Order: sequence, then C-alpha cells, then structure tokens
Amino acid sequence: MIKVQEQDFDIGAELASLTDGNKAVGGLGCFVGLVRDMANDEQISSMTLEHYPGMTEKQLTTIEAEARDRWPLQDVLIIHRYGRLEPGDRIVLVATTSAHREAALESCHFLIDWLKTKAPFWKLEESDSGENWVAARNSDDDAADRWDRAK
Amino acid sequence: MQLLYFGWVRTKIGTSRETLDPPAEITDVRGLVEWLKQRGDGYQEALQDLETIRVAVNQDMADLDAAVTPGDEVALFPPMTGG
Repeated sequence: MIKVQEQDFDIGAELASLTDGNKAVGGLGCFVGLVRDMANDEQISSMTLEHYPGMTEKQLTTIEAEARDRWPLQDVLIIHRYGRLEPGDRIVLVATTSAHREAALESCHFLIDWLKTKAPFWKLEESDSGENWVAARNSDDDAADRWDRAK
Repeated sequence: MQLLYFGWVRTKIGTSRETLDPPAEITDVRGLVEWLKQRGDGYQEALQDLETIRVAVNQDMADLDAAVTPGDEVALFPPMTGG
C-alpha cells in the first residue's frame, strides 16, 4: 500500500494494522526516516519536501511491485510525507511483512534504497545561511545499484 | 505541451508549470531543452548542465533522446532525493 501525504503518521498503529489478523506473518521489517537537525555542519530549522503528484504514486507503486516480485511478501506499506517538516519529524515509513525475517528485512532495505534515487521528491533545507536544495549523493546511487546487480 | 519543473530547476526558471507550444521541428527531449534555453536567463541557468537534469515524459523517466509530442507532459528536475 502506498500513501503520499502531508500529515504525520502513527508508527505503532500503522505497523499493527499491517499484521492484525494475518497469522501467516512471521516477521515485520521496518524503516522510519526522520529530519535531522544538522546538515553540512549547519543547524537546520526546517526541511520542505516537494514532490511530483501523480508520478510519485506511480513510481512508488512500481517499486512496491518490484519488491513483491523479488521476495515472498505478505504486505508492503510505504508512507512518504511532503510539505514543511522540522527536525525530529517523521518523513517516511517503509514496512514489509513476510513469513520469515530475511525477506522482510532485505525487501525493506531494498525499498528505502530505491526510494532515495527513484521517488520524485526534492528536499529544501532552511538554515541561518538561507535555503539550500539537498543534492543527490553518489553513495545513494551506489546503494540502489547494488540491488540492480543482485537481481 | 505541459512543462513541469521541480526543485532548483523550478526556482531558477521561476515557475512550476506552463503550457508551451514548441515549433514542430522539436521532436525529442534534447531539442526541447535547447529550445527552452533560448527563452531566458533563468532557463539557460537551470538547464546549462544536462548531466544534472533528469526528465520524465508523461510521468515516466526518460532520457534526452526520448520523443516528445505536443500533447505530452514533460517534467524537468534535479536528481531525486526521496526517502
């Protein structure tokens, strides 16, 4: 399931709803991304996430299908926020459930690596020195490419 | 043709979307970008380094050689930073 939303999410409630009533699930893997307070040795006051409505949902749906194709998953949940966030705020939740831990943990790692480089979001950080667009990192490309090779 | 801009491409060009009518000889993304660069300093600055520009045609990732037609939605943006 894909949710692209401005509002916050309740981690506990979201994870519970993913497993409630499904006794075939033996493991749940999850990752929560948060806004850090420092970037390039500067104090961040806010981070505004811009996205491409329509394409975002399309890309996330494709990424979910890819994960389900690679691992035997019971369920997939991706919640990605947009709009203005502050340090400590939750940005993204990725959770996967499976009969066993390997599929749940590996697919969760795969999904967050892919989101970094293939989900159409852009981050604008605000600090005392002004506004700064967060640049994509080569290490994120490398992390995503690793899964291409593993395919 | 619907043009959409995101991230610093949007801030440099100064608008998030516009409807344009490129000349008929514009048939691919590369030609479209070169044509856009003639539209003003903001476009020139945003699109000068094609290595840093990513493209989607009708909400699917595309490369510079991808075809574009008048009814398409073409988005230009920096490398994505999701997650």
